[in-house]
Amino acid sequence: MSHLLADTGIIAGRYVRQTLASRLGVLFGLLQPLLFLVFFGPLLRDIDLGGAGDSWQTLVPGLLVQLGLFSSAFAGFTLLIEKQHGVVERMRVTPVSRLALLLGRLVRDVLQLFAQSLLLVLVGVAFGLRTPVAGVAVGFVLVGVLAASLASLSYALAMRVGSPQEFAPVINSLNLPAVLLSGILLPMALAPDWLDTVSHFVPFRYVVDAVRGAFMGHYGDGTLALGALVALALAAFSLGLGTRVFKKAGA
Amino acid sequence: MPAAIHTAGLTRTFRAQNRTVEAVRGIDLTVEQGEILGFLGPNGAGKTTTLRMLTTLLAPTSGTATVAGHDLIADPRGVRKRIGYVAQTGGVDPAVSVREELTTQARLYRLTKAQAARRTEELAHDLDLAGLLERPCRALSGGQRRRLDIAMALTHEPSVLFLDEPTTGLDPGSRADLWQLVRRLREQRGMTVFLTTHYLDEADALADRLVVVDEGRVAAQGTSAQLKKEYGGSVRASLQDAFIALTGREARRETERAPVAV
Repeated sequence: MSHLLADTGIIAGRYVRQTLASRLGVLFGLLQPLLFLVFFGPLLRDIDLGGAGDSWQTLVPGLLVQLGLFSSAFAGFTLLIEKQHGVVERMRVTPVSRLALLLGRLVRDVLQLFAQSLLLVLVGVAFGLRTPVAGVAVGFVLVGVLAASLASLSYALAMRVGSPQEFAPVINSLNLPAVLLSGILLPMALAPDWLDTVSHFVPFRYVVDAVRGAFMGHYGDGTLALGALVALALAAFSLGLGTRVFKKAGA
Repeated sequence: MPAAIHTAGLTRTFRAQNRTVEAVRGIDLTVEQGEILGFLGPNGAGKTTTLRMLTTLLAPTSGTATVAGHDLIADPRGVRKRIGYVAQTGGVDPAVSVREELTTQARLYRLTKAQAARRTEELAHDLDLAGLLERPCRALSGGQRRRLDIAMALTHEPSVLFLDEPTTGLDPGSRADLWQLVRRLREQRGMTVFLTTHYLDEADALADRLVVVDEGRVAAQGTSAQLKKEYGGSVRASLQDAFIALTGREARRETERAPVAV
């Protein structure tokens, strides 16, 4: 325990330096949401999206969640590659805190996501997004918690499976339905009743709604509180599972 | 002087698709301090599984072991502080620089930043990597890569060094260099070296004593001369003769390899 913070810092440092050395990778992850913003966003401008706020306040929060979902769901890939090079085992033979091996990676992932999110929001502002700075900050925190949870699950899965061939299908088959059912591109307010009902079983939906609320400056109507609660519950579950997998030897 | 490694009844079973695979069925062995031990056996005999247990990567199913003065089950952290391990695959990221790997490794052993920087220079000097520190690991030759893998394992001056097939894939010159390095570590630092190998000439030339495992148990142990005499028929027999007499059925091995390298 006494070493957990220091070890997390060391591990985070290693991966932050790696990420900074390959800035292209950071931009690459941003490509898809940026394309949606630039080529899809303008189509929504004059359409009634069924909620408060304008189309940019609806789309940009969705794209932020999408960015968090995709980048963190595939985070485990980097761990798989490191496993194949023996890096993970080599580190596990040192006295380093097992939990720090997970937390250090999550710190890098969240920092990278914040940098990408900031770029995305700035491009959004250039296109016409107007939103309170406090709302953006609250939105970033929500997306950060969500991404850390998912990355934690992704690392736990990568720790357990042997190859990318086992890993990718699981992620792909979960990710796309999650994106569609959480109202990321268009709000679920447009959905027929059955689809709206189904989407209430997808936890990301509440986070999307909460980030949209924050971007409109609505902090007190319960949407934000519910989204934050869901994000925290997801984080507690995912980090708990990730911790168990990382602490267990032989993974 | 207490033994560097002592195990009693060490076993490990894996559960795979409704059946149980007994990868290690009971290993009893003792390695003295400063000894170079060759750990031999056919594929699937349980060598790597045993090594992974002794290096804290895998919890034993049953049995006890003391490694470098610490109880393997009760105090794996104590063991980790005193051992170094070089896996078959090595353990460095090809995209990362040699300096980054050595320095971060030292930090994982809780050296301060200044100490870690100093230790990196020392190791690079000792293992002939000094001119290579800024290169990415992928740019190293096979022999250089192996020296880096070993440097990583020597960061904290361990008392026991585990090497899993350290010379596989190396050219003859690099192999000879690596043998020299292992002998030097023992002579200068009194390090205990536990190494697995498939090269019987390597075991013959480098190890003080051999332990042969087969089907998850110790099949024989002794010096190379003792094994040749007892199992090969005479001291002039080759170690290969002794090895085949002991484990036999090499053809069958290939078709019945147990899925143990988990």
